[in-house]
Amino acid sequence: MQNIELATKDLSVFYGEKQAVKEISLDFAARQVTALIGPSGCGKSTFLRSLNRMNDLIDGAQITGEIWIGDENINDPKTDVVLLRQKIGMVWQRPNPFHKSIYENIAFGPRYHGIRDKKKLDQIVEESLIKAALWEETKDRLNRSALSLSGGQQQRLCIARSIAVSPSIILMDEPASALDPVSSAKIEELIAELKREYCIIIVTHNMHQAARVSEKTAFFLMGELVEYGDTSKMFTNPSDKRTDDYISGRFG
Amino acid sequence: MSAKTADKIATAVIIFFAGIIILIMAGLLGFILVRGVGHISFDFLTSAPQTIKAGGGIGPQLFNSLFLLVLTMIITIPLGLGAGIYMSEYAKPGKVTDFIRLIVEVLSSFPSIVVGLFGLLVFVNVFGFGFSLFSGALALTVFNLPLMVRITEQGMASVPQAQKEASLALGLSKWKTIKSIMLPIALPIILTGTILAAGRVFGEAAALLFTAGMSSPRLDFSDWNPLSPMSPLNPFRPAETLAVHIWKINSEGLAPDAPEIAAGASAVLILTVLLFNLLARWVGRLLHKKFTATK
Amino acid sequence: MAQSREKRKIKQHIIEEWTGKVFTSLCIVLLVVTIFSLVYFVATKGFSSFIKDGISFGEIFGGTKWKPDGEPPLFGALPFIIGSFSTSILAALISAPLSICAALFMVEIMPKVGRKFLQPAIELLAGIPSVVYGFVGLSVIVPLYRDIFPGQGLGIAAGASVLSVMILPTMTSIATDALAALPPGLKEGSYALGATRWQTLARTVIPTTLPALMTGVVLGMARAFGEALAVQMVIGNAPHIPHSLFESTSTLTSAITLSMGNTVMGSTQNNVLWTLALILMLMTFVFVFIVRWLERRANR
Repeated sequence: MQNIELATKDLSVFYGEKQAVKEISLDFAARQVTALIGPSGCGKSTFLRSLNRMNDLIDGAQITGEIWIGDENINDPKTDVVLLRQKIGMVWQRPNPFHKSIYENIAFGPRYHGIRDKKKLDQIVEESLIKAALWEETKDRLNRSALSLSGGQQQRLCIARSIAVSPSIILMDEPASALDPVSSAKIEELIAELKREYCIIIVTHNMHQAARVSEKTAFFLMGELVEYGDTSKMFTNPSDKRTDDYISGRFG
Repeated sequence: MSAKTADKIATAVIIFFAGIIILIMAGLLGFILVRGVGHISFDFLTSAPQTIKAGGGIGPQLFNSLFLLVLTMIITIPLGLGAGIYMSEYAKPGKVTDFIRLIVEVLSSFPSIVVGLFGLLVFVNVFGFGFSLFSGALALTVFNLPLMVRITEQGMASVPQAQKEASLALGLSKWKTIKSIMLPIALPIILTGTILAAGRVFGEAAALLFTAGMSSPRLDFSDWNPLSPMSPLNPFRPAETLAVHIWKINSEGLAPDAPEIAAGASAVLILTVLLFNLLARWVGRLLHKKFTATK
Repeated sequence: MAQSREKRKIKQHIIEEWTGKVFTSLCIVLLVVTIFSLVYFVATKGFSSFIKDGISFGEIFGGTKWKPDGEPPLFGALPFIIGSFSTSILAALISAPLSICAALFMVEIMPKVGRKFLQPAIELLAGIPSVVYGFVGLSVIVPLYRDIFPGQGLGIAAGASVLSVMILPTMTSIATDALAALPPGLKEGSYALGATRWQTLARTVIPTTLPALMTGVVLGMARAFGEALAVQMVIGNAPHIPHSLFESTSTLTSAITLSMGNTVMGSTQNNVLWTLALILMLMTFVFVFIVRWLERRANR
């Protein structure tokens, strides 16, 4: 049995009257990539954003059900979201580095979490950049603005930024869809590298990408979980007709 | 009349009126500068006014205006930032928030003379600050706060949601996110707006007549102890500002050169406001460049 | 050890969060309290002339004679009310066509020239302090009117002229925003039907943006109504209803400005001045109400 890092039980998300996510129960294992696929508007991004309580920011969003990390249900109003979000990194579709230097982008989080020692911070910055495969390109210009980097570099910087606060889970919301093919391939390589340490949950609309990077795949449709299983089986021999239709490109 | 002729006439009329506005502006500015600039000299800017003799200056008034501006902004900026941040980040949409928005809009529409009367009643009399720079600064704060709140809200609204989310997702508290990520991005807009608001404060007179007062004690510019009554730095002394001075010499000036002094003082006032405008543009552009720089 | 560090951190960020919330909430509470106390103080003072001094509504709102030192003293505020309304309405009437033309010029006719010359000119007008307007009015407009028309040159015409320039920026910027926010398809549809520019403006653009244009006019009028010093300097300050636009008169604001400092707090005359301030405040409510109503119409 694999080590379960995060699990949802009957997780539903409502925007006002509309139910965007319908009673999803899923387990996410450590050191593994799970891909969430489905046509746009199927609720996969909304589901992802619930896992680190990002939907709290949206007025009128209501989340019911349970989200377990260890022995704690984090979908509880009493949960300290600030502490929670340190354990869960997040990467968005569009790179969103802070308007600060490359160094500051990464040091910002750890410093806030209490690491003041300059040497230690330098070390974290270097390690994070190495892990995000960005060190070689940036080590000579750490003090330059993060906005001077290319789109693909910015996205890797965002990944480095999220791992700098040493989370155990990383959420990725279509992390490569706004990038050119070369940068996109680099991100995929990076994901393959990172899964040795982290539980990664990735939303993607790119079927090939899901097939390449993930061990497990969950297929969402109209807010419901249609099918969940090993990626290899899903893409070769899906058990649900709708999954088959989607994967073979008949809709979506 | 054909449609084409009507079109031509209408276009001509519109251009004519637009031209008139530029002429009014040029005439206004030209008049003040031509009449006033000649009167500006170092002596005029530094010496005290004369009541019945010619040759008075505007030194104390100029100092009062600047000092009052600083005092007002010291009070207004933190309050306005706080209230603006509350409205844009903490207020939940609903009846209460809508109501707050409504009354802030009402406050921003109050005539400044009414704000001045409120200051007379509350700051001067009830709180006992008397006719003083401090009462004036409080009245100007009341007068300026809605603008400051709006500027802050605009600035915060200009911050991309993605920046805010990125910071929160790193496990930073909301307040830290606001302070360290959102405010720096909002700064160009907030700063530009604040400088323009400062220009408004500098020229305001009606709210000050009954709060900061219409006279200045004989200031001793060698005494910089804020507690002594003759000190220019004492915030609890009455202070006539430049704008109030212009009004006063126009309505009851006895000095033979009153029109020249008024013109000179007006020119100083206008040039200062112009300076604030240019400064706002320059700072806005500079900060914008700094934050979006690719280097 | 590790746990205690964790705990300290929890406390730290909770305190931080709390600080932010409390600070910003205090600011907003202070703002709200200030607004309420402003309304409360002006209202109680304003009503005291009726309650404490026993002057009737009819005398203040209907009386045409202002003789606070007379025997018996008379407190008819009608001249001031008429003065305020006539100057601000006249100013809005002068300024409205000018500002709408300026906005049309900047948005529809020559956007480039508009941005380069007209826009800065208008922004500058917005920044000029009101006493400077008063001063220029007193030294240019009043002598001009004195030469052309019978009388001293002071009066409603001079006040309205000065005010019309003062409120021009407010009106123009709102009109410009309204015109610029118009969906391009609307105009294109009209041009496609072969309409000339003027026909498009007159039949499509102006009717569609009318509520927004009116908002600008009302806001401008509100500002004119509340302006004190610039008007006080050129209106003449005689407390009676004038027979012409070029005869000295007074407004609510000019009466307050002139007399508030010379009366004793709590005296009948002083209380009546507060009643004038109360009228100014109530008119502010009315203007805000009209603006809100127009905005709702504009958004529909």
